[in-house]
Formats: sequence, C-alpha cells, structure tokens
Amino acid sequence: MNCIIIDDEVTARAIIEQLCSKVPSLNVLEAFPNAMKAIKYLNQNEVDLIFLDIHMPDFNGFDFIQALKNPPKIILTTSDSQFAIEAFEYDCIVDYLVKPIVLPRFERAIQKSVAIDVKPTESASDSGNVEVSSGNDLYVNIDRRLIKIGIPSIYLVEAKGDYIHVKTEDKNYTVHSTLKKIEDKLPDDLFLKVHRSFIINVQKIIDIEDNSVLIKKDVIPVSRSNRAELMKRLNLL
Amino acid sequence: MEQPNLLYIDNLSGSDEAFKEKLIGIIKMEFPNEREVYFKNIESKKFKEAAENVHKLKHKISILGLEKSYEVAANFENNLIKNSEVGKVDFENILTVITNFLTRI
Repeated sequence: MNCIIIDDEVTARAIIEQLCSKVPSLNVLEAFPNAMKAIKYLNQNEVDLIFLDIHMPDFNGFDFIQALKNPPKIILTTSDSQFAIEAFEYDCIVDYLVKPIVLPRFERAIQKSVAIDVKPTESASDSGNVEVSSGNDLYVNIDRRLIKIGIPSIYLVEAKGDYIHVKTEDKNYTVHSTLKKIEDKLPDDLFLKVHRSFIINVQKIIDIEDNSVLIKKDVIPVSRSNRAELMKRLNLL
Repeated sequence: MEQPNLLYIDNLSGSDEAFKEKLIGIIKMEFPNEREVYFKNIESKKFKEAAENVHKLKHKISILGLEKSYEVAANFENNLIKNSEVGKVDFENILTVITNFLTRI
C-alpha cells in the first residue's frame, strides 16, 4: 500500500515512518508537515492510505478530509481520544490511533485498513448544454432536461474546447457552452476569471502560491493580467 | 516527581540504534523550540495559542513515559482553552524535568 504521512510534528512523522518500516506491505511515498502541501501532492499522485494528524494549525485533519473529493483510506493519528466519535462519521477513516503509537496497535490498524473496502464517492459527470440563471441557481440543459445547479456550490468552471466543465461540491457537469456565456450568468462578487480557461469561486480558494490558486484539489493557473484583480478581491491582512 | 524514561523509544527502535539516535536527536531539536513558543505565548496571555503548544508538547511528554505528567498537561491544555492558567506551574515543572533529562541523554 502506498501511503503518505501528514503531521506538523517532526517527531511524530519520524515515529510513523519507523512504524511503517516494520510493515512490509507499506510504502511511504512522502511525509508532509501540513495539509496544504499534501493536497497539492494528492492532486498529482494517487495513494492508498494516509496517516493524518487531526490537530494541526490553520487547516486541521477534518478540514483536510473535507477538501478531498475521493479520499483514500485514512488512519487518524492524534494525542486525544476526544475526536473519535466525529472521526467515524467519515467512511474513509478506517482507524484512530492515539499517540504515542505502539507497534501492535499500529499493525492492527493496517490489518483493518486492508480488510475494509472504502467505496469512493461517486464522481458524477453529466453532459449537456447551458444555461438559464435564476437567482441563486443556474440551470443547464443536459439531455433535454434543465438541471438546477446551486451557484454558491460551484467552485470551478473550466473551458475544454467546445465544452465547459462545471465543478460543484458534489457533482461535475460537462456542458456544451463557452466560458464567456457562463461568466455572464455568474455573480461578479463570487466568481472571477483567473485564466482564459478558468473561472473560480473566490470563496472556495484554499491558498494562493505564485501564479496558481488551490481550489479543493485543483491547482488553477492565474494569468499575470488577472492576478491584480484576484489580489484586490482578497481580504488581505 | 515523575521522571522521564526511554522505554517507548527503546521499544520502537528495537535493535535499530541509528533510528533511536535519530529520534532522540529530533526530540532534542524540536522540544526546546516548542517550549520557547509556549513561553512566548503564555507570557503574552495568548491562551489559545499556548493551548496548541501544550497539545504538541503532550506528545513528547507521552513519548518520554511521563504518564501522570501527561494528565497534568491535558488538564492544563483544557484550562488554557477556557482562558484559565490553572495548572501552569505544574506544567512548567514538567518542562524543566524534560529539559534536564534531554541534556543528560
């Protein structure tokens, strides 16, 4: 199983790596000091298992899980048992290890993760054509049906040839339309065209680095001409 | 007062002396930084931030086999979350004990 480790403590990462080295079926690909770096990695790489610390500054373990569209199996590692009930509300969480982690308990968690089959969230994708806007909703024509999409749930629109991909919190839609058409239907205060192929929901930005923004698991390029407008929109400290 | 030990680290390392040395080195490097950040926050009465620091230090306390001290730290963390400094002296005594231990090993 290919795995990654996310923990802001160097000591904790070293201990989990050592524990992993004692289980031949585990292959540690990377260890990250924070969730942001891990999200960027997961955007490009697939893993089978994540060892995830809950208690991290800024972006904690649960925030991280919610940011993943199809989370792999996750074993939580924490110094507290108080989050156990909340942890098992997530299907992807296969076990919960309280620090300091001992080898027999660690091995049991791995056995559990092998035995449990985590069903990935169904990634729906429909194909159709645009678009009537009504207040807070956008209607897209898919297979001669007008499908309602809640505008605030849209986090990204990407142009792909004659189509646009509309990504929302729970479903993706492929619509025969142009970026210009949908841009006109979306509220200016919430959405911004950051690149000739991308419109983003500014409220869904996780972080910004150089010439890209991270939205959910998508790293989106920001063209130089749109960067100033993007920065203007942010509530900068 | 309860004294730190290396039982957990020894068990984890087994015969892997290189890992044991590496882990102790990491703790020696990480602990003083975490302690310093804690003192800065507690002096500035930033209780929420100090609670975060105590949370992180709790892991080191447990690694060093300080079971009772772990409870003291956990209670102090909860008090800090409620903007109370009750348990500060006992917690800081634990930090002193660990600091002395780390200089000896």
